[in-house]
Amino acid sequence: MPVLAALVCGLVFGVGLAVGGMTNPAKVLGFLDVTGTWDPSLAFVMGGALAVNAVGFALTRRRPRPLFAETFALPTLRDIDRDLIVGGAIFGVGWGLVGLCPGPALASLLRGELPIYAFVAAMIAGMGLDRARRLYT
Amino acid sequence: MIATSFTPWQSLAGGALIGLASAALLFADGKIAGVSGILGRCLAPQPGDLAWRIAFLVGLPLGATFAIRLSGDPHGFAITSSVPTLVAGGLLVGFGTSLGSGCTSGHGVCGLARGSQRSIAATLTFMATGALTVFAVRHLLGAG
Repeated sequence: MPVLAALVCGLVFGVGLAVGGMTNPAKVLGFLDVTGTWDPSLAFVMGGALAVNAVGFALTRRRPRPLFAETFALPTLRDIDRDLIVGGAIFGVGWGLVGLCPGPALASLLRGELPIYAFVAAMIAGMGLDRARRLYT
Repeated sequence: MIATSFTPWQSLAGGALIGLASAALLFADGKIAGVSGILGRCLAPQPGDLAWRIAFLVGLPLGATFAIRLSGDPHGFAITSSVPTLVAGGLLVGFGTSLGSGCTSGHGVCGLARGSQRSIAATLTFMATGALTVFAVRHLLGAG
């Protein structure tokens, strides 16, 4: 059941990305191009997602445990540290360079476009690089 | 450069679905719907922690493709970057989200909804560097 629930959540999440326009890199770049041909649509994606999720989170946190799991796996880190800011900054540069972030990139895999495969392969390699760095530092 | 049109209602509806999916994943499985984390931890999974990740990640393209087929792809799809730029961008996105513990979904949607200070800081940071990068590429270099 937890795996089926995750599949359904992934499906709905993917539908949301496509309906909202997040799956078009040109639209994402238009959102980030504040001083140019600004397309503020993605602020509405974020606003809609935040509004629903904030209500959902407030309701869920009152429950003793998730429906299909023993415990809630919530992040435990609290400090605003260097890794968080440097990592966020590096991510933003990559995002602004091509207009793709992890969710929309994976959601576009079935379009059969070579550029998406190149991006996703490099993204997984980048994640692997950071994990390897952690092992050796 | 491709100018896209403002789509407040579709975007609000799409966002609501993303929020619903994120809330449901927490409610059902107790997990945060952060795509970079769900993908990144597949690289070295804990025992019994892989199947739900794969299921969620398989759902993403299936759901998106279903919606695109059904709606006739109103937003379209356009990548203007060259393959070397895409590879550079992919490396930066992968490395940065791993180092910074999250991306647009984990920090931007789930973290902000939880009121996480870390996620507020991260979201402000990647929004700022993303906008600065687009400004530099389009308006200083005149490319993209």
